[in-house]
Amino acid sequence: MSEEPLLRLDAVRVALGGKTLLNALSLEVRQGEIVGLVGASGSGKSLTALAIMGLLPRTAMLDGGLYWRGRPLFDRSPAALRAFRGREVGMVFQEPMTALNPLLTIGAQVGETVRLHTTATRGEAARRAAATLDRVGLGPDASWLARYPHELSGGQRQRVAIAMAITLSPALLIADEPTTALDSTTQAQVLALLKTLVRDSGMSLLLVSHDMAVMAATTTRLAVLEHGRIVEQGLTAEILQGARSPYARRLLDAARLAPRAAEARSEGGVSAPSSDAPLLEVRDVVREISLPRRSPWARPTSRRLVDAVSLTVSRGEIVGLIGESGSGKSSLLRLILALDRPQSGSVRLSGELFSSARGAHLRRLRRQIQIVFQDPYGSFDPEWTVERIVAEPLHLLDVQPTPGERRSKVSAALEAVGLSSHDARRYPHEFSGGQRQRIAIARALISEPALIVCDEAVSALDVLVRAQVLELLEELRARLAVSFLFVSHDLQVVRAIADRIYVMFGGRIVEEGDTRRVFAAPRHAFTAELIRSTLTP
Amino acid sequence: MRIDRGGAGFFAGAVITTLFLAVAALATVWTPYDPAAIAIVHKLQPPSALHWLGTDQLGRDELSRLMAGAKASVSVALLAVLIGAGCGVPLGLLAAARPRTVDELVMRGNDLLFAFPSLLLAILITAVLGPGARVAIVAIGVFNVPVFARVTRAAGLAIWTLDFCLAARAAGKSAALISWEHVLPNIVSVLVVQLTIQFSLAIVAEAGLSYLGLGVQPPASSWGHMLGDAQTLTALAPSLAVIPGVAIVCFVLGLNLLGGGLRARRET
Repeated sequence: MSEEPLLRLDAVRVALGGKTLLNALSLEVRQGEIVGLVGASGSGKSLTALAIMGLLPRTAMLDGGLYWRGRPLFDRSPAALRAFRGREVGMVFQEPMTALNPLLTIGAQVGETVRLHTTATRGEAARRAAATLDRVGLGPDASWLARYPHELSGGQRQRVAIAMAITLSPALLIADEPTTALDSTTQAQVLALLKTLVRDSGMSLLLVSHDMAVMAATTTRLAVLEHGRIVEQGLTAEILQGARSPYARRLLDAARLAPRAAEARSEGGVSAPSSDAPLLEVRDVVREISLPRRSPWARPTSRRLVDAVSLTVSRGEIVGLIGESGSGKSSLLRLILALDRPQSGSVRLSGELFSSARGAHLRRLRRQIQIVFQDPYGSFDPEWTVERIVAEPLHLLDVQPTPGERRSKVSAALEAVGLSSHDARRYPHEFSGGQRQRIAIARALISEPALIVCDEAVSALDVLVRAQVLELLEELRARLAVSFLFVSHDLQVVRAIADRIYVMFGGRIVEEGDTRRVFAAPRHAFTAELIRSTLTP
Repeated sequence: MRIDRGGAGFFAGAVITTLFLAVAALATVWTPYDPAAIAIVHKLQPPSALHWLGTDQLGRDELSRLMAGAKASVSVALLAVLIGAGCGVPLGLLAAARPRTVDELVMRGNDLLFAFPSLLLAILITAVLGPGARVAIVAIGVFNVPVFARVTRAAGLAIWTLDFCLAARAAGKSAALISWEHVLPNIVSVLVVQLTIQFSLAIVAEAGLSYLGLGVQPPASSWGHMLGDAQTLTALAPSLAVIPGVAIVCFVLGLNLLGGGLRARRET
């Protein structure tokens, strides 16, 4: 192709605080093309996007060439750069919660871009905003303009963010992990939308993600980034067929790991669940919340978050619970952990009633069940050392251990999850996301529970780390005979690890069964929809 | 040393605050003259080597009175703020930890307390206890309770939403223990900032109360008192009003700089 590409990066190098973060990075984006930039967290993907937008931190050192339609980008004045952002390049970020201003209506935010960069009047801007919202699939209904971000779901917010980026028909759209925070069905819809926009408008798209499955579904060309260097670049189809670099192969394996592990296990028949009384038995639990009254004399109304849910987990079993955000998963978990009490129904642990236990009896039962949370940042008190964090569930013991016993228990738990006993003296902020999740698992293990509930425990991790943590859970199950209730919106992950799965939708369990059976022949329409929308590279 | 946002303000605030606290501490053991010793012959003297800041209309040494006034102001303000924090923080923690009904009860009680200006409260207490430093301490202290309760509750609620509080509940810990072990340590920096700000407000409030004769009683000295005495003499000896006024302004400014600097440090 002799034509000058839309965007060309030529041996770009970015250094921050004396450390080189991007090195000899060369990349081209042509008209109407979808280019993927893939790599694990910390590989410099987002930094590349910021460098193109000219939004690097002020202390960053940049050299090498960035060319826009053949002309260098950096000798532009600040005003010209601002016009370039927004008019010529649009950007969509990962987090749909924080990308929108909660105090402004959707219409005002989309219209703002128009009014900043053109001479359009308020009315014209509103008309263009409405037209763009229609283009991103929110429908032609003008009432969208008057809504606020909190009235929208995550997927709708991401559509609004895309609308903001494309109202001025930029030549290039940069999307930084645009679907990572979304449910799988929503993810599939948003990716399809991006593809349609590119096809219809001739816009180019630079898609940044850690997920090879997203790349496989969307991009035509792919650049694989490791530690700030491009280690492989080429047509997506070819890289998927046979990646040359070991790093690209690792990323691919991590994204594909899921089904393979599940099949290996079901063929090998590792630890078939035993048939005694179930470890956890949830029967017909209901959780309602009362909604605020519209007026003092209005009839009180309530909403069922969990509607007559029953499920069981046997000893040594890994059970998956799938549901999208808002399906009532988290409310159900709080009932299972006896953090909330159900309005009716019961939760039993090894046959004993847990949901209405009190005092010493409750504490004794609590020892059997612990939890690992999603967020590797909010799960720990930042003021506490790892030793204190991991030892916290020891509070459940009737006789408190001596300081020596406590230390040796903490060391044992840390070693069980692949950390060292020296880590006990450090603070949580000194660890990476994957290591923090190991600390969370160590905390869950220390009271020697029979069941660990994992609430989206790997959703915030990138694919490589995710694979490691899943392996760790498998290993703990085999070695310590712990059961897991694994809650996630990510079908692939659940498929990789669970023996049996439950599918939750609108507060109810709509499907349950052996993992392979459910994937091969889903009975409920929602499950079928979920499976259809799951991406695999 | 790392220089961060609010560095200069923080430093200036820390120096001024330390200086005033040191003077107040010194005044408990030593002042140049007895601040209450009347010597009419030496009345209304300008600053000199003997009396650095001159004397007042009764011939009392102005510097000694200023130092003694610092002692009175600081002790009243400190005790008042400690009463406010001592009652307000536990109430705020309770409101943050407990179900909606308790929360509502505590916070509406707070609103009720908030509705009375501290001056009205002080007059009320004077009617019961008679005037004195105790009145000022109780009135300003009570006025501080809802402030601390609100700040604690708001900051505490944010901590309660974090997963580590759920993990602590799953570890069988009671709400009181979680408040003590997790919530309080994580909001302590917010409270320290609030403490310095409230301390400066209490200094002003104390000066106001004793100016009106509701606080520290003569012959003991206080800044508000000195201002009140100087009022009739402003034409004759303006420095008598200026000196305690400047002292109040400097100390309050110092505390506010310190509070602002602490807040900036917390945010970096």
